[in-house]
Amino acid sequence: MAIIEQIVELIVRAIMQGTPLLFGSTGEILTEKSGNLNLGIPGIMYIGAISGVIGGFFYQNSGAKIITVLAIIIPLLSSLLGSLIASLIYGFLTITLRANQNVTGLALTTFGVGIGNFFGGSLIKITNSDTPYLALSKISAAYRTTLPFANKLGLFGQLFFSYGFMVYLAVIIALIVSFVLKRTRVGLQLRSVGESPATADAAGVNVNRYKYFATCIGGMIAGLGGLYYILDYSKGIWANDAFGDRGWLAIAIVIFAIWRPNVSILGSYLFGGLYILFNYVSVSMNLLPLMQMLPYVVTIIVLVIVSMRKKRENQPPASLGTNYFREER
Amino acid sequence: MSETVNEKYALQLRKVTKAFGSKVIANKDVDLDVRYGEVLAILGENGSGKTTLMNMIAGIYHPDSGEIYVNGEKASINSPKDAFRYRIGMVHQHFKLVDLFTATENIILGINDGTKYNLAKAEEEVKKISEKYGFILNPQKKIYEMSVSEKQTVEIIKVLYRGADILILDEPTAVLTPQETEKLFDVIRNMRNDGKSILIITHKLHEVLAISDRVTVLRKGEHIATVNTAQTSENELTEMMVGKRVSLNIGRSDPKDAQDRLVVSGINLTSPDGVKVLKDISFTAKSGEILGIAGIAGSGQRELLEAIAGLRTLDSGNILYIKPSDSEKVELRSKTPLQIRELGVRLSFVPEDRLGMGLVGNMDIIDNMMLRSYKKGKSVFVDRQPPKQLAEEIINSLEVVTPSAQTPVRRLSGGNVQKVLVGREIASAPSVLMVAYPVRGLDINSSYTIYNLLNKQKENGVAVIYVGEDLDVLLELCDRILVLCSGTVSGVLDGRTAKKEEIGLLMTKVNGVSENE
Repeated sequence: MAIIEQIVELIVRAIMQGTPLLFGSTGEILTEKSGNLNLGIPGIMYIGAISGVIGGFFYQNSGAKIITVLAIIIPLLSSLLGSLIASLIYGFLTITLRANQNVTGLALTTFGVGIGNFFGGSLIKITNSDTPYLALSKISAAYRTTLPFANKLGLFGQLFFSYGFMVYLAVIIALIVSFVLKRTRVGLQLRSVGESPATADAAGVNVNRYKYFATCIGGMIAGLGGLYYILDYSKGIWANDAFGDRGWLAIAIVIFAIWRPNVSILGSYLFGGLYILFNYVSVSMNLLPLMQMLPYVVTIIVLVIVSMRKKRENQPPASLGTNYFREER
Repeated sequence: MSETVNEKYALQLRKVTKAFGSKVIANKDVDLDVRYGEVLAILGENGSGKTTLMNMIAGIYHPDSGEIYVNGEKASINSPKDAFRYRIGMVHQHFKLVDLFTATENIILGINDGTKYNLAKAEEEVKKISEKYGFILNPQKKIYEMSVSEKQTVEIIKVLYRGADILILDEPTAVLTPQETEKLFDVIRNMRNDGKSILIITHKLHEVLAISDRVTVLRKGEHIATVNTAQTSENELTEMMVGKRVSLNIGRSDPKDAQDRLVVSGINLTSPDGVKVLKDISFTAKSGEILGIAGIAGSGQRELLEAIAGLRTLDSGNILYIKPSDSEKVELRSKTPLQIRELGVRLSFVPEDRLGMGLVGNMDIIDNMMLRSYKKGKSVFVDRQPPKQLAEEIINSLEVVTPSAQTPVRRLSGGNVQKVLVGREIASAPSVLMVAYPVRGLDINSSYTIYNLLNKQKENGVAVIYVGEDLDVLLELCDRILVLCSGTVSGVLDGRTAKKEEIGLLMTKVNGVSENE
């Protein structure tokens, strides 16, 4: 019995650990489907997190009575706004100015982490706290509200109903993105932009608009991953650099999921599980880094398998990483 | 000469001008009249502004000045979408298709008519259009599984699906076999009889005469004349196109003292995707002879040349090079280009992908010359004098139009890039010269310069292997023609007696069995 409980606990923890990755990878897939390789996603997730924290911080410290709905909506909106602005920076540079996507993305990540730590540090200063972290416990409580009957259903309830709403939101968004990409006209046109922007352009698809929309919506979805991490997973505690390398992991999942958001659901939970597996297996401390490397090893294995199978459908969008300029001769 | 603007014409252009940058004027004050239900051929050399003009009608480019009228009314076409609204559709020379999508997905791409997204219904519609005009197409086939002519069919249906009444076809026959071209012409006639106006860009004169009702000739971006096809001739059209009388004959001398130079026997090659691209190919290239290689694009021509040049690893077979000096036999199989050169084999290769494999686009002409000779000399430093001289020699003798030898190659036009590349390869005094599509994208004058260069090499005793797509040229230039079909040799013909139809049939035949139906 104990072993089953342990497995259930591992799965639950994996899902919670995987949820930020799911937001991040879904956002990145949407972005990459438009041909934009946004390596700024880790930075955008940081910005999404700190923007939500700022919103929550001022609401919690405003002295007003905390209403659950507002406690959810205010950080959510400020997080979306922050990621939107960060995505617009990336979009403006790469789509309008046609700057190199890799350089822009990496710069944005460095910038995002810096912004996050700067404002995080400032907020900690404002509270005059002795500890190097900030606690938004009331806001977090709203985010971590679970369904009332979750506790009464034993292991089943623990496995399926013990999460805050953002865990379900991540899955729903991934499924919606998956559906839109596969089954709608908008999806068809978005994919065409990522595969061959010149073709899409000649067919009358507004390439730049699709690139902007995909980049911005993708960035906003990814930013939610940062928000979830702070307000739900970390129970409302912000500490500088706590988010770690999860943004890069999200980008690795994009490859693992071969650009399919529905596969990315499983991929994120698997990576989440691998990320924390060392807690459940007894290894000596000096082997720990090797354990934490597992997700990346899995990504490499997937890359090897995918390239061995040589299926055209499993390749990245053909124009990924390149900018489009109509009158280029 | 041009009519007044009125609704008797499907499309009219008045004083349309377009410049790229401050120097290159692509079109200058062009007038054009297109009637309902006619095929109008747009004829002109490369760089004469045909494609730019058509791109403006199709909304890809925007004219700097001038007006476009559709059905007698002024039209403002700022994007391909606008063009569709005026029922204008263009089939580009380089297909604009998403490889990963099916035929139908490509066809409906970009259509937002407010109806529900319904792929099955669209497939029905595509089938209906195919039947109406006589196309053969599986609406669910993915583009990357299609032949070139199937892809073209998708492009044309894409335009028809949007209800286009004015169709622009940019060099539609460049990639087709004679048989496929005939089929395409049948379809074009069906469309014309259905009342559609068709503009067809081409520089193949016999096709202009075969399909069009009228011909418009452009030269250096200007409209020269529009004539009725029935009242003109190849010579008259050429004169209008080039601006001077041009002899359309390629001199062909008889091979002298032909000796075996390159003996290819039974080579097999599998591509990295696991497809067998060359199957049991054997042939001999002789000195003082031009061996032509014909075949539908992608029949293994590229792989064959690359295999000989040492860029591919063969599964089996032999490539023997016989030295002209002492008839010593050298095995080239499984050797890198550098090893081949070190063995004293003088092999030159002009690949089809000029700026990808042949030259470095961002480097100037001198540096590109050095790519061939950087190994010479013992010093760590390179000596830039000899390549500089060579570059200037080539610029002078081949009339390369360039601001200077220091200009990056990618800024030169296609014809000049090709002259630089061919010039460099010939300068290394090869005994085997392989050229792949050397005149692709070149105007008539440059093409003939290249043909003459090849002929001169042949007279000097070089074994020339010429991969070409224009069968008329192959028949005029080559002594023997090897026909490839899906990676096998389907026949070797004498260039002097072979018929075009014969080659066309061999191009689609594997071991005597036709692939078409």
